[in-house]
Amino acid sequence: MNPRLKRFWSAQLALTPAWLIVIFAYIGTILWTVQISFTSSKVFPVSNYVGFAQYSRLFASDRWMISVNNLFIFGGLFIVGCLVIGFLLAVFLDQRIRAESMFRTIFLYPYALSFIVTGLVWQWTLNPTLGIQQTVRNWGFESFTFDWLTRGDRAIYVVALAGIWQSSGLVMAILLAGLRGVDGELWKAAKVDGIPTWRVYLHVVIPILAPMFVTATVLLATAVVKVYDLVVALTNGGPGISTEVPAKFVIEYLFQRQNLGLATAASTVMMITVLCVLAPWLYWQYFRQPRSAR
Amino acid sequence: MTSVDLAAGPSGPRPKRLTAGRVGLYAFLVIAALFFLIPLYVMIITSLKPMSEIRLGNLFALPSDPSFYAWAKAWSSACTGLNCDGIHVGMLNSVKILIPSVIVSISVGAVTGYALSFWRPKGSNFLFAVLLLGAFIPYQVFLYPLVRMLSIVSLYNSIPGVVFVHSIFGLPLMTLLFRNFYAGIPIDLFKAARVDGGGFWAIFLRLMLPLSTPIIVVAAILQITGIWNDFLFGLIFAGRENFPMTVQLNNIVNSSFGEKEYNVNMAATILTALVPLFVYFVSGRWFVRGIASGAVKG
Repeated sequence: MNPRLKRFWSAQLALTPAWLIVIFAYIGTILWTVQISFTSSKVFPVSNYVGFAQYSRLFASDRWMISVNNLFIFGGLFIVGCLVIGFLLAVFLDQRIRAESMFRTIFLYPYALSFIVTGLVWQWTLNPTLGIQQTVRNWGFESFTFDWLTRGDRAIYVVALAGIWQSSGLVMAILLAGLRGVDGELWKAAKVDGIPTWRVYLHVVIPILAPMFVTATVLLATAVVKVYDLVVALTNGGPGISTEVPAKFVIEYLFQRQNLGLATAASTVMMITVLCVLAPWLYWQYFRQPRSAR
Repeated sequence: MTSVDLAAGPSGPRPKRLTAGRVGLYAFLVIAALFFLIPLYVMIITSLKPMSEIRLGNLFALPSDPSFYAWAKAWSSACTGLNCDGIHVGMLNSVKILIPSVIVSISVGAVTGYALSFWRPKGSNFLFAVLLLGAFIPYQVFLYPLVRMLSIVSLYNSIPGVVFVHSIFGLPLMTLLFRNFYAGIPIDLFKAARVDGGGFWAIFLRLMLPLSTPIIVVAAILQITGIWNDFLFGLIFAGRENFPMTVQLNNIVNSSFGEKEYNVNMAATILTALVPLFVYFVSGRWFVRGIASGAVKG
């Protein structure tokens, strides 16, 4: 065989596992899932096509609409909360303070934990009978009430709080790295011109950090769509179905309620939503300019 | 890769002497630190108290007579549904899942990233695009067909099955890490090796792999914490006998019958968190590098 051809043949061979995974585990499974979503499948996949019937059932379902609504509440609070707290922590850490590395370690450690661990710790801390509420009452504030975990209209905020606790450190780490890249001359120039520090941050530093904010937002948004274990551990969707989320909806209809058609329709909707948001960003990030000739 | 070097030192404006602003700054940092530490503190002291003390409802009070009773029970006799063997069963399963998953996913990712970076055979762009998208698509889309495919080859409900799933879904991030790392290696180095007659594998094993230690460390940190903390794949693909620690922990805490033993629950929770916390505290700056390079920056 031609040696040049042989070399590329071995590169192609080395990519075989990746190709198999892409073809079967990614593309194949997606097509299969989408196909099932157009059938009336219950426990087993059948090929009785019913068009968009599963999709209309899905959007007529209270449980799904609550899940979607919760995803937006959780997602909005989680992303904004993490960005704001993460940014403040990064800026404050960047003021030549003492014990910086200790603070950094404390702010980031929750990110190393499993969402299950995070969920269980907050479930215990905030439980109304023996947690913070009772503790503060024992301190003498008899009427202190913080029972959001057991209130259907508030529990989703507790999920967001636990999520923010876990992931703010991530934003802090990314933005702190960005702040360290800001030119020191900038501060001297601002001082000479007598511009207040907060204005420099607002009008100069934040625009410089824009790519880091985008990166952090994409990471957080990915976590939002995937949120499942945090809810399972913290509230298990309750009280009632008040903290259900789409990822949990799909798993339950796939493996417990045995309604494949509805579950696959729901997961297809999730995927299409993510793709619509992501495709332009990924294209911009990776394929806008071809990489230098290789 | 995004350069992340926090050692460069603070860049913010030079502080003046101790002013009100400075005091406020430290006050903010200390309050923030308390917010982040309180759950850890509560978790530890609760695990050291007997239930009689917990029922008093003083969450923040130190234990009057600290005991490791709850830890021992969580480890060896806490109940998950019907079995009462404690969480050590889950820990063993987690280790059995973790080690092969980390090795396989990093190896496949390294080879794929190397091939995509230097060789770019036909179809590389398409392959890379699908992998990238795959990193973001919600897992729910893949689950059911994967369950069916794995049961056809009898890997469903087994440790090899869950290892396989971790390798599949670790591939995008691992490929990206290695591809970006190799993109930073001078192309002339590669060309010189080609001129010397190096083939695909020879260049990879003798030239690239020895250069890759930093990125292998980053990849290992990401995969160890990620796979240890996984819940979904363990729940669906491992099978009842092989549930990893996270799944067992959730079963112990959320489906226990009778009175809830909060001290045992918290001890089990800490035990589950130990491995990633250990990796975090030992790896320090490398952990930060890892999450920043996971930040998908081309």
